[in-house]
Amino acid sequence: MELFNHDPDFKMDVLREVGNIGAGHAATALSRLLDKPVDMAVPTVNFVPFEMIADRVGGSEEVVIAIFLRVDGECPGNMFFLMSKPQASRLLLVLLGFEAAESDKYSEMELSALCEIGNILAGSYLSSLADLTGLSMSPSVPSIAVDMAGAILSYGLLQFGTMGDDALLIDTTFLKGEQEAEGHFFFIPDPQSFERMFVSLGVPIE
Amino acid sequence: MIEVHIVKVGMADLNVASDGASLKTTGLGSCVGLTLYDPSRMIAGMAHIMLPSSEIAREGQLNLAKYADTAIPELLRRLLELGADKRRLIAKLAGGAQMFAFAGGSDSLRIGPRNVESSKLTLAAMGIPIASEDTGGNFGRTVELNSQTGILSIRSVQHGVKEI
Repeated sequence: MELFNHDPDFKMDVLREVGNIGAGHAATALSRLLDKPVDMAVPTVNFVPFEMIADRVGGSEEVVIAIFLRVDGECPGNMFFLMSKPQASRLLLVLLGFEAAESDKYSEMELSALCEIGNILAGSYLSSLADLTGLSMSPSVPSIAVDMAGAILSYGLLQFGTMGDDALLIDTTFLKGEQEAEGHFFFIPDPQSFERMFVSLGVPIE
Repeated sequence: MIEVHIVKVGMADLNVASDGASLKTTGLGSCVGLTLYDPSRMIAGMAHIMLPSSEIAREGQLNLAKYADTAIPELLRRLLELGADKRRLIAKLAGGAQMFAFAGGSDSLRIGPRNVESSKLTLAAMGIPIASEDTGGNFGRTVELNSQTGILSIRSVQHGVKEI
């Protein structure tokens, strides 16, 4: 993207901080929900080839639970909260006392609960971003899917699809206690959103 | 057991295979996995189509494999190079799902059905018949085409393996 020709490192740093603030608020929300400390890794921000985006969560065919929100407004984009099945089971157990189902199938109640958790977390991520930038960001009703990571994430790439073969992804990983990587926030702003974000944050474009 | 050589087809990518090799693409959501097959020469081709039409492209160098209207002619060209006969080619389609459903969603959320529609229109314009398809729904698919048999096997999380 031409926008990143000038001083790309600084711009990437700004986006990293954007991810940090958003996910930081979401981590706080999750920590309150669970009444347990939740850590997060430093966000990674880079252009990722479409083909490799699902590798971040274990590969294209890896089954993940994803909550997706389409963000409209002045800074449109796609927001995913992704977790593995063990993580989803733990969340259900801790928050609602549901024992993990033996089969791979989730009941409607379980899906609804997970969807709402994703909604709360994504909502706090986005509202902190909206506060920070002063841009309106209105998320759609959340939608949940349990399916292959590649199939789910390709949905967030369509806006970049017309421009090239890679997408700019703000990826933040949650870590809970000593357990390894547990949940991912993928924020993929639409290509035109970056300039607006930079302008409102006072980042020189040229 | 004979080991089958598998040629991977990435997202917005296309490839061809013969001599018993298989073509495979993983994690099709709203994308369409389109295959062309010449049964008598056992030559197969597969494209992982992401968007319906190259008219919306804003990229400098067009990736032909990404759009239905450019991927299919390009795939045909590659197959003819390998010695396929256009009159014998048959097409199979899989994918084009709608992964997330929203009431009153914008047009981009209907991308799966639009990819399927555009693929079919392009095939019809080129006079290539569609042998079978497994499209739509709200789930992801991984597809593999065997160039020996022309069988397209489709794997999904909820529905297991299906052959068309």
